[in-house]
Amino acid sequence: MSSEKTIPHSEAAAKFNKDVERVNWHDETLWFVRAKRDKSAHQIEDWELLRETASQIKFNVLSNIHDYLVEFEANAQRNGIIVHWAADAKEHNEIVHSIMAKHDVKQMVKSKSMLTEECHLNDYLAEKGIEVIDSDLGEYIVQLRKEPPSHIVLPAIHLKKEDVSETFHEHLGTEKGNFNPQYLTESARQSLRNTFLTRKVALTGVNFAVAETGEFVVCTNEGNADMGAHLADVHIACMGFEKLIPKREHLGVFLRLLARSATGQPITTFSSHFKKPRDGKEMHIVIVDNGRSTQLGREDFRNSLKCIRCGACMNTCPVYRRSGGHSYHNAVAGPIGSILAPNLDMSKNADLPFASTLCGSCTNVCPVKIDIHDQLYKWRQVLVKEGHTPKAKTIAMKTMATVLANPTVFNIAGKSGRFVMKNIPGMVNNKMNKWYDQREMPDVPEESFREWYKKNSRESKAKRDEQ
Amino acid sequence: MKIGLFIPCYVDQFYPKVGIATYQLLQKLGCDVHFPMGQTCCGQPMANSGYAHLTKGCDANFIANFSGFDYIVCPSGSCVLHVKDHLHDEKQEEKAAAIRNTVYELTEFITDVLKIDHIDGRFPYKVGMHVSCHGQRGLKLSQMSELNAPFFSKPEQLLHSIKDLDLISLTRKDECCGFGGTFCVTEEAVSVKMGQDRIKDHESHDVDYITGGDMSCLMHLDGILKRQKSRIKTIHIAEILNSLEN
Ligand code: SF4
Repeated sequence: MSSEKTIPHSEAAAKFNKDVERVNWHDETLWFVRAKRDKSAHQIEDWELLRETASQIKFNVLSNIHDYLVEFEANAQRNGIIVHWAADAKEHNEIVHSIMAKHDVKQMVKSKSMLTEECHLNDYLAEKGIEVIDSDLGEYIVQLRKEPPSHIVLPAIHLKKEDVSETFHEHLGTEKGNFNPQYLTESARQSLRNTFLTRKVALTGVNFAVAETGEFVVCTNEGNADMGAHLADVHIACMGFEKLIPKREHLGVFLRLLARSATGQPITTFSSHFKKPRDGKEMHIVIVDNGRSTQLGREDFRNSLKCIRCGACMNTCPVYRRSGGHSYHNAVAGPIGSILAPNLDMSKNADLPFASTLCGSCTNVCPVKIDIHDQLYKWRQVLVKEGHTPKAKTIAMKTMATVLANPTVFNIAGKSGRFVMKNIPGMVNNKMNKWYDQREMPDVPEESFREWYKKNSRESKAKRDEQ
Repeated sequence: MKIGLFIPCYVDQFYPKVGIATYQLLQKLGCDVHFPMGQTCCGQPMANSGYAHLTKGCDANFIANFSGFDYIVCPSGSCVLHVKDHLHDEKQEEKAAAIRNTVYELTEFITDVLKIDHIDGRFPYKVGMHVSCHGQRGLKLSQMSELNAPFFSKPEQLLHSIKDLDLISLTRKDECCGFGGTFCVTEEAVSVKMGQDRIKDHESHDVDYITGGDMSCLMHLDGILKRQKSRIKTIHIAEILNSLEN
């Protein structure tokens, strides 16, 4: 949707920061999850080995993706699953819709799928007169509020219980001002139960698809994916093609890493294996490209496809914690989103790789060892070369490069810069200067280091003594 | 052992005292230190902003100034990391490689090359150490909290040897301060918030000084501290290590 005007990350984040209490709460909540992750990850002695193993398995998958996809398709079909291929978001949505149309069903229950967010499936189906209910509590809350999720694992993490109470009061008729989480959850459960019982089509995401067996695994904590899929006549599972793993035995590596990295749990409450439809029922799987093969072809960015969507990089990211997920204007927010999004649309997402201090925490927390911060750096180079930077910045950078390449010019510029700061502070201490808004400028010293060195170094003293 | 002193451009212009402390400290430790007068900047501000292709002039100038030293030492982890990772020159790649292999951040030079783990200094204050991300995760000057590995810290090891220095331990040991080069202005709101939070952590431990190995982080924190009229001061680690009182 490149035609839509997006608000740049810095602007959206500045707005989010207006409410200090909310930012603090957001930061502290996610830091709490990150700390939990540390505790449970560090209990496993071979944690780093596990990460390396996972990274290598995914590397193998990406290097042989064609063969594994063919193997998976053949095995899934043998199991009685109907396999579909979608080149992009549009095809994905059309396929899902065609299955609904075939069964003449106007309602769908959905669970755990960031891919459908990426493809904007809900909007598409709504246009076709199909009602979609997201059944995971967090997703359900943001859906009622007509907002996208702000985090891939904790979709409503930007909201406080007061916000949820207000939303439920409005949409579900719960008691106004009742903030009790127990009460609110129970109300949502009651309302969702009816949905589960009446829906004929259930859509879920896929965490891992096993080439060797043609089965797939969905990991949830609430069990909603299972409730939906087990009660419906038709189960549609949608996956990006990178979700493949070669063998069932590899699941042990990923399931241990996923839950610990995501929330600090040893394992998700439900890790459900789906292999074939029940008698008389249908099971579909839609395998989606949507830019993934382009990313696969970009050597510098290929590793981003290793992602298992645990969200650890978001929880650890000091920028994400203080920006809120919506500021990333992309289905996947945070550090990983910032290296995936430019692949989908460079001009719309050119701001995201710059929304980072390159601190590197994401890279080191990532369970599959994606070199996230290095890719952020590399995206910046690509985006500048492709002309997606403001002109003023390019001019400033060119001037800077000229000054810094020439010692004489540098000295003059440095001296005059210090002169200006000292004698006409208004020139720099003004509204145009973003540094000065909430920070003081550095004090200006009398002389630079090199001026001091000229007078005081051992060499120059020795020279003076000679004379 | 002939040492080329690499003083980052903004330290040269705004924090000469950090350059002086580094120079004097290295001399005290017995090094033959030279400051090549033609040096300017390592090119990091351009590269991190996506303009790595404009750094050729900087690279050539850096090589012209720093070739031929046994070691190059710099009181800034971030600039050292940039040189280590990105200094290239098609026409003189050998020289560039030599520099990449001999450039050191000040504290790692002291602990790893000079093999010194004790400095005779005195600094009777309560101090918080802000580890810079580039120093820590990039140069591996200390262990990061993300990894499952034993803790170590080259700068802290040196600080522990300073007499009467009370080094506190932060709640979030290695959170980024939010400076991030041009990030500090392009993402001003988040940058400042991160800096304020970093300061709060130090405040809650009641420190007198925030120290660190990167003046850029300290410049950002100092700007916020001064705006808040805080009593906490920033000080570069070179200044502490050079603070022998007779
Ligand atoms: S990039 Fe790594 S840390 Fe981030 S969500 Fe993906 S797997 Fe998790």
